[in-house]
Amino acid sequence: MFIIFIAFNHFFKTKRHLSQMSDSIYISTKAKDQHTFDAIVVGSGISGGWAAKELTEKGLKVLIIERGGKHEHIKDYKTASLNPWELEHRGMTTQKQREDFPVIHRGWAASEVVMDAWTNELDSPYTEIKPFTWWRSYRMGGRSVLWGRQSYRWSEMDFDANARDGIAVDWPIRYKDIAPWYDKVEKFIGVSGSKEGLPQLPDGAFQPAMDLNIVEKDAAGKINKHFKGSRHLFIGRVANLTSNLPDRNKCQYRNRCWEGCPYGGYFSTQSSTLPAAMATGNLSIITDAIATRILYDKDTKKATGVEIKDTADNNTYTFNSKIVFVCASSLNSTWLLMNSATDIWTDGLGSSSGELGHNVMDHHYNLGASGKIEGFDDFYTYGRRPNGFYIPRFVNLNGDKRDYIRGFGYQGAASREGWQRDVAELNIGKDLKETLSTPGSWSIGGGGFGEILPYHDNRIMLDKRYYDAAGNVVTDPSKGKQKTDKWGLPILAMDAELRENEMKMRKDIVEEMKIMLEVAGAKDIKTWDSGHNIGHGIHEMGTARMGRDPKTSVLNGYNQVWDATNVFVTDGACMTSSACQNPSLTYMALTARAVAYAVSELNKRNI
Amino acid sequence: MDRRTIIKQISIMTGVAFVGGEVFLNSGCKPEGGNQSGELFSPAQITLLDEIGETILPTTDTPGAKSVQIGNFMQKMVRDCYNSVEQSIFVNGLKEIASTFEKKYGKSFLNAKPDERRFLNDINAQANNNKKTKMKNETQHYFIMMKQLTILGYFSSETGCTQALNYIAVPTKYNGSYPYKKGDKAWALN
Repeated sequence: MFIIFIAFNHFFKTKRHLSQMSDSIYISTKAKDQHTFDAIVVGSGISGGWAAKELTEKGLKVLIIERGGKHEHIKDYKTASLNPWELEHRGMTTQKQREDFPVIHRGWAASEVVMDAWTNELDSPYTEIKPFTWWRSYRMGGRSVLWGRQSYRWSEMDFDANARDGIAVDWPIRYKDIAPWYDKVEKFIGVSGSKEGLPQLPDGAFQPAMDLNIVEKDAAGKINKHFKGSRHLFIGRVANLTSNLPDRNKCQYRNRCWEGCPYGGYFSTQSSTLPAAMATGNLSIITDAIATRILYDKDTKKATGVEIKDTADNNTYTFNSKIVFVCASSLNSTWLLMNSATDIWTDGLGSSSGELGHNVMDHHYNLGASGKIEGFDDFYTYGRRPNGFYIPRFVNLNGDKRDYIRGFGYQGAASREGWQRDVAELNIGKDLKETLSTPGSWSIGGGGFGEILPYHDNRIMLDKRYYDAAGNVVTDPSKGKQKTDKWGLPILAMDAELRENEMKMRKDIVEEMKIMLEVAGAKDIKTWDSGHNIGHGIHEMGTARMGRDPKTSVLNGYNQVWDATNVFVTDGACMTSSACQNPSLTYMALTARAVAYAVSELNKRNI
Repeated sequence: MDRRTIIKQISIMTGVAFVGGEVFLNSGCKPEGGNQSGELFSPAQITLLDEIGETILPTTDTPGAKSVQIGNFMQKMVRDCYNSVEQSIFVNGLKEIASTFEKKYGKSFLNAKPDERRFLNDINAQANNNKKTKMKNETQHYFIMMKQLTILGYFSSETGCTQALNYIAVPTKYNGSYPYKKGDKAWALN
């Protein structure tokens, strides 16, 4: 299916497609007009939605290209209002789904309610030269529907970290460059949180904070006191509303966000940026269309548009525009660059620095500690808070020095155990039933999110190798063939791993959580570290980094591709380092900032 | 990452039994498919599963597992969500329960008197023992599977959620220091 729809309820499409569509009204217009826009945005996730909103609000005619299918706000949140007993497998996935989605089943993301959201892994394979976990959602809104919503600012020490440590390249921007854009984004999407006055985690324009529960408050006080005010535990800053916004209701404490919120209680493209962009009347969208190439004119040294492939019939179409925003998610944005302008640069648009595809990052996790808390049996919680506590970075700052650089934060929660708890010691029968019908003991736990350094050798590339029928790599091209996706397009190969700095940090993450739980009075503390493949943090970053020098970076300080100044990459691909805070808020701020610059340059006829 | 996924992650990583979780996680190592169509059990075996479920979670002041057709639920889950190895462990386990009970008492478990149902307590103890000593990737004892599916099927059923537990679909607010009296029901959802 290949759909073009324009703002409000006005849909149009070419005559060729008119006959295929029946569920909406379509107005056919002149082919030439409908293929030319002021701006094209590739991708409709967190970054693409922001690019579309900002560009359309500045009066540009914009086309969003989305490779997945439609996913309409509220209407398409199929499971969001079902009762538990209405789910056929009560949330579990089937054997068939385990076979079809092996990567999604590597962790906690496989659930009956979201299996439609994840990318078909058989249609869209990738090569793991080293283990790499890539959780993708090819659908309108992308991972903005599924995301964890934790929203933290970066601080000055994150932007100048590379320069101070003398590694990789320096960020071309500082905190002051992005601070006003954080303000703008937080106000628009709605971030609830508390002001803490910490230099390593700047406060923002917050809605009222959610509450810590009684056990978390107790732990917060004990930890703060024990560490003499140098460590802090407070409620997560989360893109869930605690006050209504226009056309969006505040969070109802159902904790089913990733199914899509019928109340618009959290930020997603669908609940927030898309309606704003639609309201301008300047937005068109194509779904089920893969952007395969940015078209590049070597005389003007600029992009002229984007080529797409219709995922239904494999036909190719071209759309023209004055500027292109690439927001296809970090690794797919770089994939698009790698496939573009290959007649000029073998390794693609933006590869002249030799850094395209390099310096892939993530946040490493899958480790932490948890324990039981006694003394609060007279308390329980009401409501399902879609948020937990946050402990911001405390290592390698304020005089603290470790045997590794950078740091980590923790996310966690305290709660009373429910009927899912292990009660192996109980006999079956009445006792078991009565025990599980009442809440269990309080437990508290936290997992770390650690910074991964930008290593040149951690990279992704197009998999150009030849494979024989058994799947082995062969050197003679005549004895094998290259891997492609369902549409015959090249696929990515991932070659990245954690290194010494991260491994040292991991020991510390587990140990420090254990120590803080002891301070909080937890008993029966268990620690875990189940290892981390890059990508598993779902915070994949880098591969088209920003910098100050075209010789060592792909993008400049305004996310402009050095080699094509009307092409902007504003999703995670642009990141020069990873810090340890959840990155989406920063992508949104960088996107809004880049749009303001792009439109001003366009008006000055500089691009 | 939200609170639920943190809890799920913690449960998985620390080996705390997340109902089904252990069974389902282990099966990731054995991707071969199972029987995913048709019926695995005869009507008589479904009745037996109902009675086993009812012994695990009996009728008290609230209805028991039989009232939520736990036998049919177990069949659906074993058929759709277990791989072939797990399916055969479960199927053989059910046969073993039937035949050992019959050998010992000279009648079907379906006709067991209340005190004869304690037969399953011994199997439960044996399964718990196995669980403690089993290696990480070893498969579960069949009775752990039955117990997990009974607990999942019952407490996520309408009866379980609204009678055995306390279910509020749309809480609208959060209170982190909500008073609790011993014996008050747990929430159906965390």
